[in-house]
Amino acid sequence: MQTLYDKLWQSHVVHQESDKPDGMALVYIDRHLVHEVTSPQAFEGLKLAGRAPWRRDSILAVADHNVPTTGRSHGISDPVSRLQVETLDQNCEELDITEFKMNDLRQGIVHVIGPEQGATLPGMTVVCGDSHTSTHGAFACLAFGIGTSEVEHVLATQCLLIKKAKSMQVVVEGELGHGITAKDIALAIIGKIGTAGGTGYAIEFAGGTIRALSMEGRMTLCNMAIEAGARAGMIAVDNITIEYIKGRPFAPRGDQWENAVAYWRTLKSDPDAIFDRVVILDAAQIKPQVTWGTSPEMVTTVDGKVPDPSQITDVVKRHDMEHALEYMGLVPNMPITDICPDKIFIGSCTNSRIEDLRAAADVLKGKHIAANIKLALVVPGSGLVKHQAEQEGLDKIFREAGFEWREPGCSMCLAMNDDRLSSGERCASTSNRNFEGRQGPGGRTHLVSPAMAAAAAVAGHFVDVREIY
Amino acid sequence: MEKFYSCKGLVAPLDRANVDTDAIIPKQFLKSIKRSGFGPNLFDEWRYLDHGEPGMDSAQRKLNPEFILNLPRYRGAQILLARANFGCGSSREHAPWALQDYGFRVIIAPSFADIFFNNCFKIGLLPIVLDANNVDRLFREVLATEGYRLVVNLEEQSVTTPSGESFFFDIDPFRKHSLLNGLDEIGLTLQHADRIKAFEARHRAAQPWLFT
Repeated sequence: MQTLYDKLWQSHVVHQESDKPDGMALVYIDRHLVHEVTSPQAFEGLKLAGRAPWRRDSILAVADHNVPTTGRSHGISDPVSRLQVETLDQNCEELDITEFKMNDLRQGIVHVIGPEQGATLPGMTVVCGDSHTSTHGAFACLAFGIGTSEVEHVLATQCLLIKKAKSMQVVVEGELGHGITAKDIALAIIGKIGTAGGTGYAIEFAGGTIRALSMEGRMTLCNMAIEAGARAGMIAVDNITIEYIKGRPFAPRGDQWENAVAYWRTLKSDPDAIFDRVVILDAAQIKPQVTWGTSPEMVTTVDGKVPDPSQITDVVKRHDMEHALEYMGLVPNMPITDICPDKIFIGSCTNSRIEDLRAAADVLKGKHIAANIKLALVVPGSGLVKHQAEQEGLDKIFREAGFEWREPGCSMCLAMNDDRLSSGERCASTSNRNFEGRQGPGGRTHLVSPAMAAAAAVAGHFVDVREIY
Repeated sequence: MEKFYSCKGLVAPLDRANVDTDAIIPKQFLKSIKRSGFGPNLFDEWRYLDHGEPGMDSAQRKLNPEFILNLPRYRGAQILLARANFGCGSSREHAPWALQDYGFRVIIAPSFADIFFNNCFKIGLLPIVLDANNVDRLFREVLATEGYRLVVNLEEQSVTTPSGESFFFDIDPFRKHSLLNGLDEIGLTLQHADRIKAFEARHRAAQPWLFT
């Protein structure tokens, strides 16, 4: 009896290096997503060794990390960023690799555009030089982030030498409360198992609550698997998966569609499959989540308080908590709702899809950001998401509420472009990492759902979205 | 990849859990299209008092005197002693590149994040997992003894303290072999080119929609 992970693994093993089942295996890669930051050294290595890409049609490239979210017609003003993006353009042109360039409507965050184009399909192995590749597991893919040496390895051989992970099943059952989203589920899981809880595991998310999530919600959840330490997160195929893929540009058509769907429907864990670890959550108990520290596991509920390090007996943990509170400028036992952000960021590969924008716009409709909010940004995940949102009039709602409506990219999730926090500034962010300096040197990040970020923008402090919407 | 056999090196202790890749090498330095030169910006935000940007001359920047790697006694350290979940966060290989470029050859911790751990082997940087109690003891010894060195022997899979006590560490046999011989993994994989082609043909027949 096999887990979904077993099935995906077994169907891609080219060669087992060692006779031990936990030894290194040569695994075939179906889809290779490429962006500008982690690929230049890989392309250079390939050229220096006189090698060519093994299978060009497996590669889809896009620049997302460095691209500006305003004034694109003027190009990229930072010469270092510009060179990196131009290097990607040049490599893709030379090697005849499909790339969505900066001014292409299809350009966007690599983990948004793959699924949007149907370039992410069930049963695939998907890799990218980016840890949030786990996102694609929402389509019952084995999808994980790799380093630059491995990017080169996949370019040259279409394979990776990897070890099979252990399996973890995270089961969420029950109905989510009003205003509670996949982001809250993800943060609640990380709060429960810790940022290293999934290290060495591939996580399958299962249960009735997960089945009820849209593909956007499932992507948010799998995206955050890496923040729980797991390289890969995944969810079985069902009708929601198949409906999402149907008709997308890279999706199969005609007879191939029927055959593909028949195969995809087998991509689920057998009923009696055994997992190495099982974690169970009750959806009804999940409240809106807000992080207070500098690691995603430093999280609590919106009705909670900043924790008190003096109550922690573990010395290393206490020390880390003290350090985090000092960095974040917070005091123990302060109510979360007393924390006032300076900036609001709605975007990132975690929460920049149409459903995320709709959820934020629902909260913002007819309202305005509070006087203490210096800047509120919406950065759609792709040109197509942006277009769709504009068709629905969401851009107007955001603008009227005092938000800036930007061009797609990674933006202030990691602040490689000009969108960033200044030292000491506090942000309610729908992104995935609250690490020190992540959104700008000295910047302070609180991770929340899009609805919670919108609610904080209106109130000027964190507030339980369930009370105002 | 650089060969790795053994290392007798000065140890620097970094006493924080969950050290993430953004801390190891901040994002502004990821704009480089080169593989080298990241050492001066390792732990940039902790190491310097000013904010670093690409192109700055690090020799002219003011060091944070309190940051552990800036203490004279840890200059030239080759072994980094760290806490749990070291290297969590992004997949950026720039993190191991920066550690290696700075001069580290070995990192010892109770646990590592998966992608970081894997990336280290690709460049000949050796991550060693020891149990938390032994790591605790090493922290105490390093802090108590100036000039504290450890001997790391990959062939024997051992870490030996100045008093002669040895700890055994585990490593995948293939990874060990690759490190000891400085093997080119891509070259090794291409020796299986026929197998890859045969697999690809079967895969294409079964799921033709993957190949359009």
